[in-house]
Amino acid sequence: MSRQHIMIDGNEAAALVAHKLSEVIAIYPITPSSNMGELADEWTARGRRNLWGTLPSVMEMQSEGGAVGAVHGAMQSGALTTTFTASQGLLLMIPSMYKIAGELTPFCMHVAARTVAAHALSIFGDHSDVMACRQTGFAMLSSGSVQEAHDLALIGHAATLRSRVPFLHFFDGFRTSHEISKIDELADDDLRALVPDELIREYRARALTPDRPVLRGSAQNPDTYFQAREACNAWYSACPGIVKELMGALGKRTGRNYRLFDYVGHPEADRVVIMMGSGSEAAHETVDWLLKRGEKVGILKVRLFRPFSIRDFVEAIPVSAKSIAVLDRTKEPGAIGDPLYLDVVTALREARDEGMRRTDPKVVGGRYGLSSKEFTPAMVKSVYDELAKEKPRNHFTVGIQDDVTRLSLPFDRAFDIEPADVSRAVFYGLGADGTVGANKNSISIIGDKTPLFAQGYFVYDSKKSGAVTISHLRFGPRPIRSTYLVQRAGFVACHQFSFLDRYDVLESAAPGGTFLLNSPVGPEAVWAQLPREVQEQIVEKKLRFHVIDALKVAGLTGMGVRINTIMQTCFFAISGILPRAEAIAAIKGAIEDTYGKKGADVVKKNFEAVDQTLANLHEVKVPREALATRGRPPMVAAEAPEFVKKVTALMLAGKGDLLPVSFFPVDGTWPLGTARWEKRNIATEIPVWDEAICLQCNKCVLACPHAAIRAKVYEPAVLAGAPAGFKSIDYKQTEYKGSKYTIQVAPEDCTGCSLCVEVCPARDKSNPKHKAIDMAPQRPIREAEAANFRYFLDIPETDRSKVRQDVKGTQFLEPLFEFSGACAGCGETPYLKLMTQLFGDRTIIANATGCSSIYGGNLPTTPYTVNRDGRGPAWANSLFEDNAEFGLGMRLALDAHRQHARELVTKLASQVGEVLAKELLETEAATEAGIAAQRKRVAALRGKLAGIKTDEARRLDSLADYLVRKTVWIVGGDGWAYDIGYGGLDHVLASGRDVNVLVLDTEVYSNTGGQQSKATPLSASAKFATAGKEIPKKDLGMMIMSYGHVYVARIAFGANDKQTVQAFLEAESYPGPSLIIAYSHCIAHGYDMAYGARQQKLAVDSGIWPLYRFDPRRAAAGEPPLKLDSAPPKIRPEEYLRNETRFRMSEKLDPARHRKLLNAAQAAAAERYAVYQQLAGVKVPHAPEQEEK
Amino acid sequence: MSANLSTTWLGLKLPHPLMPGASPLVDDLETVAALEAAGAAAIVMHSLFEEQIRRETDETEMAMDAHSDTYVEARSYFPPRDMFPLGPESYLEHLKRLKSAVRIPVIASLNGSTRGGWIEFARAMQDAGADALELNVYDLGADPDESAAAAEERILRIVESMRKSVKIGFAVKLSPFYTSLANLARRISLAGADGLILFNRFYQPDIDVEALEVSPTLHLSTSSELLLRLRWLAILSPAVNVPLAVSGGVHDTLDVVKAVMSGAGAVQVVSALLQHGPERLKSLIQGFRAWLDEHDYVSVAQMKGSMSLARCPDPKAVERSNYAHLLQSWRKAQVRS
Repeated sequence: MSRQHIMIDGNEAAALVAHKLSEVIAIYPITPSSNMGELADEWTARGRRNLWGTLPSVMEMQSEGGAVGAVHGAMQSGALTTTFTASQGLLLMIPSMYKIAGELTPFCMHVAARTVAAHALSIFGDHSDVMACRQTGFAMLSSGSVQEAHDLALIGHAATLRSRVPFLHFFDGFRTSHEISKIDELADDDLRALVPDELIREYRARALTPDRPVLRGSAQNPDTYFQAREACNAWYSACPGIVKELMGALGKRTGRNYRLFDYVGHPEADRVVIMMGSGSEAAHETVDWLLKRGEKVGILKVRLFRPFSIRDFVEAIPVSAKSIAVLDRTKEPGAIGDPLYLDVVTALREARDEGMRRTDPKVVGGRYGLSSKEFTPAMVKSVYDELAKEKPRNHFTVGIQDDVTRLSLPFDRAFDIEPADVSRAVFYGLGADGTVGANKNSISIIGDKTPLFAQGYFVYDSKKSGAVTISHLRFGPRPIRSTYLVQRAGFVACHQFSFLDRYDVLESAAPGGTFLLNSPVGPEAVWAQLPREVQEQIVEKKLRFHVIDALKVAGLTGMGVRINTIMQTCFFAISGILPRAEAIAAIKGAIEDTYGKKGADVVKKNFEAVDQTLANLHEVKVPREALATRGRPPMVAAEAPEFVKKVTALMLAGKGDLLPVSFFPVDGTWPLGTARWEKRNIATEIPVWDEAICLQCNKCVLACPHAAIRAKVYEPAVLAGAPAGFKSIDYKQTEYKGSKYTIQVAPEDCTGCSLCVEVCPARDKSNPKHKAIDMAPQRPIREAEAANFRYFLDIPETDRSKVRQDVKGTQFLEPLFEFSGACAGCGETPYLKLMTQLFGDRTIIANATGCSSIYGGNLPTTPYTVNRDGRGPAWANSLFEDNAEFGLGMRLALDAHRQHARELVTKLASQVGEVLAKELLETEAATEAGIAAQRKRVAALRGKLAGIKTDEARRLDSLADYLVRKTVWIVGGDGWAYDIGYGGLDHVLASGRDVNVLVLDTEVYSNTGGQQSKATPLSASAKFATAGKEIPKKDLGMMIMSYGHVYVARIAFGANDKQTVQAFLEAESYPGPSLIIAYSHCIAHGYDMAYGARQQKLAVDSGIWPLYRFDPRRAAAGEPPLKLDSAPPKIRPEEYLRNETRFRMSEKLDPARHRKLLNAAQAAAAERYAVYQQLAGVKVPHAPEQEEK
Repeated sequence: MSANLSTTWLGLKLPHPLMPGASPLVDDLETVAALEAAGAAAIVMHSLFEEQIRRETDETEMAMDAHSDTYVEARSYFPPRDMFPLGPESYLEHLKRLKSAVRIPVIASLNGSTRGGWIEFARAMQDAGADALELNVYDLGADPDESAAAAEERILRIVESMRKSVKIGFAVKLSPFYTSLANLARRISLAGADGLILFNRFYQPDIDVEALEVSPTLHLSTSSELLLRLRWLAILSPAVNVPLAVSGGVHDTLDVVKAVMSGAGAVQVVSALLQHGPERLKSLIQGFRAWLDEHDYVSVAQMKGSMSLARCPDPKAVERSNYAHLLQSWRKAQVRS
């Protein structure tokens, strides 16, 4: 039988089989498993049928709890069903998993194993999620490579039908799920051979049906539950045998032989390592290397972890083994050992007791690879070295330096075993320059055109704008087991010149290798421009050095900033992996494949880029020695705090792996205000202020997603020491008469989105092309503006108690959210920034997982910061689903503290002074001035308390700050508020407690890549709604308004910034629950974010996004609580929709259907407006009683 | 006996001269069905703008590709690009849908500025089943470096290349803004065009004086716009040897009659249909037929060109003098009121 070679990642490898063998697929997106669901949806949308010729139905649910519920129901009703998930998602499935297993339900799910959030969230891979499921009764099958993820997926689906035990098939998140590899594709006949129809008929015969009704899910009592629970035992006993048989059958067909426990190594090994997952491939590779050097070592790969067959296990371990190390990729703090270790110890003991094995090897356990920490041959070797010791250390860690509990094994970072016949390449690129896409393409080309095996793995930094990508590619004559980053590369490419100053790009360059640099400077002049470290490495390692001005070639050929094709051509031209002509032809073929549908134009452009590249690629004559005096500049400024210099700076340089345990907070607590030390310089153009025509409206400041353009009004005397180019002008209005005014850009922090330019209303009257803010190239003005910005920061902040509470006034307030890693032009962050300006010094934020928790809290640097008094937003992220409850808990605690403090003030009134006590309890106002006054009183109170030597005084001292008003903001996206967190949100709002909820509504799951949510509007195309959503957006505001006691506002700063500011102020001041639903434009809408504000206006003008504020306090005043802040629809929805790819796509797919959806959208907008309009006229008979805060 | 209304346009035998002109009317299959039911002799699709295609392709590419593979949690932010027909692809898909939905001829329309674009798209339209083509020469003459002669040459080269690359008939849709329109029209016809359409209507930029921004507008036509076209039909119909069509300003039965009398072999209607719906076409056809019958015309052929420069009783009035005359009478009217 002919089987195809395909170049795919682990997710696709598993999903291919799952889609072929399922009828119902219910999922919920979660990294790193999302792609499996997306692919399944895509295949169904393309009409790809399953093994039996029907289209699997793919359903996106509101949470993993929902997905597994749907899965459970589908299986009870006899459909072949699957799901894909990871991490917290898997944990949400656990209760149903017990049920599914208890009912002996054939089911195979696929898990891209990922860290479960503990002291911090991590999207990366380890086994902490799957290990939390080992008690559910699921069989657990582990794959360590892309090929295995494909093969064992089939074993899982086949075995579950025969054994009736449900299967959890897992592979390592990212390392396997996202690694691209050349594999052998299973043919339909392979699937058919292992999944006979007869088993499916048996399965269906057990389905719930009114034609043969039965009952499942009964409640049982002490008399019977126990026995009934034991009734399933025979199935578990039979399961390993079934898996073994199926593995045998698969082996016969494919030549790939798997066992329950696969042993690789010396038949008389004295040292054996036992582990699961991708790490065992690196171990396998190392064992092969050690064997050649005469060492007696072996590795046991656990494939079927549950049910655990002791007999198969002990038979697989050579009797000669004297010492065994069991490696776990998870941590169970407080346990005797981590789970695989415990099982191995127990298994060996039981085997000995049962007479299955006589020898009694020493067993130690160790931990490795948490959160995708690298696991390399050096680490494997250090484990074998440890096992060779007379008394090997137990409960060790490997891969880190633990200088606190000293558990870590040392390893030699320079240790390298990679064979010479494997080509290795590393590419440093920007996300936006297309490097990753080009490399994926190169892998396909090489995989297709040569017999070589190929591997690609891609590392991204955690920023959403200006993100750095590092691609690791391997090509070799054998399947590649190197499940770790390339450590020594024969080819290193740096696609951005500026990286040379930030990263140790040549660290991985192998001696005698090749270095390709995208350089604006030509081959003669480039050497002098390199930092000393780079020159030294080129000379020492005797690298061949090539340069190309890729941006020039891109410009010449109309490619803009996309240098992917150009750099890819260089790679093939220099690396010699393919003959040059053949490579060029293949690149062109790939271009045609990619862009064919988009017309010859793009193809032509790309072809031209390929041809121009060779003419512009030059080898540099490398001097004998490095003579540069300029070294790589420090990662952070000298004046940065110690922690930032010691810890953050290393993380920024990509050297975080080197930080030892002692450098870290023990409980996940980190300092604020670190983003300001990371000067990213990602904008090629930044705004420049023309003070002469500026209207001083501060709209640019409000709109800036990154707090990179700011306004201050100040005393003229401040200008005394200003840098020469510092711009300033008389303030125009009366409230700060005689003051000076400045708009200042943070040149190194700006992302260049130009949203500020778009919102600027001030045009030069005789040359309207010129605005008060225009974009200009950053490089020439960087240093001068950086100095100006530093000076600007030192100008005293405006007196908070005096600013006007309007758009202009509030923008003089210091933002306590700055320079986040959000996308350039992000539509969410302006709201967060505004919130911190208004209330940041007294706010606690509960942040749902999603974009806002990533740009808000993903290390190395974070944007929330403090003011000069050291106050600022205290921020925490719990989970995705529990955020409303998390925030409510904060409120309850604040109220409890405040209550207790007030009681103590009353009690100690005579000692602290009756007047002070009375003022503390009675006079606090919710205004800025009131808060400042209360803070003064608290300081006075502390002064008095110092002299009182009682426990109560101490207690009051610790609680006194809670006498000052504190605000809780519960922040998250629509995925949280509309879907997974909706139940909790509803409950929290119904509680009546004083919390403020900010929903950053991008109308789609943004962080995980554009899956539809219930906030997705009618006719928008999204993942899981490819043809355009047919159901209107859920009207969350209307639903919550029905409570009557909740403040609800729907806002869009680009349409009405005044209303936005009002809504924030009202929500915060309202002494009950408040909900703000904020229109947030997003890259997932598909247009240039510079026009985000304009699109917001069109959304409002078309009636698609009406603006309103529902304030229960108005009812008390006898007015209608709902105030409609936008006019009836005045433009057609098309005028808004046509500008966004998400809507255009559904039009492209089916214009007639799109038109119907469009008409429906228009009708819905008109109808909704009419309903709101009526409601805005409704006065409620009596007002609910309000309690004073 | 009823008059014979049949006419030939771009090699297509049509039962009468009336058809909806290039417009968004044909975007929707239901409207198209209604137009066919109303008796349309053919369907003219909206123009495929070469420039628009390039821009849309670039924009979509930017929107979909720019963020692909840039962030660790999301490989992309949209369903796969290749699932959506973009650029000319979606136009061609729509053309195919129209072809299978209606029995009357479908005339595709394209609008571009480069020779490459014209030819490539025209061929694709022919392959997708278009019965004929319209080339909309959307030429403002805004390039100070291009002389009138060069601009005309450019058009002629396009027409020549088109002739070589497609077999189906095609017409050139012109604006009235050429120095020697009659000469250009003749050369276009000699270069291989099968017909001329008078005239296209440009989007006119308006100015938002508050925001200091330009806002493009397109107003629906009125019957007053027909007059310019009548004159040029009358001038060109004897001067060129290919059929002419009128587009712009046909709103009622008499407009149709006048256009045919001036020399139009095909009459395109857009604004009237946008205002009154597809059924309007039916009443225009019926009205035209009735008018011919009432006035004892036996055929459209008999009427066509009867008021052209070659045959009308007072050619001077067409060519020149009515300009001065009309302006004077308009001034008198102003004074009177």
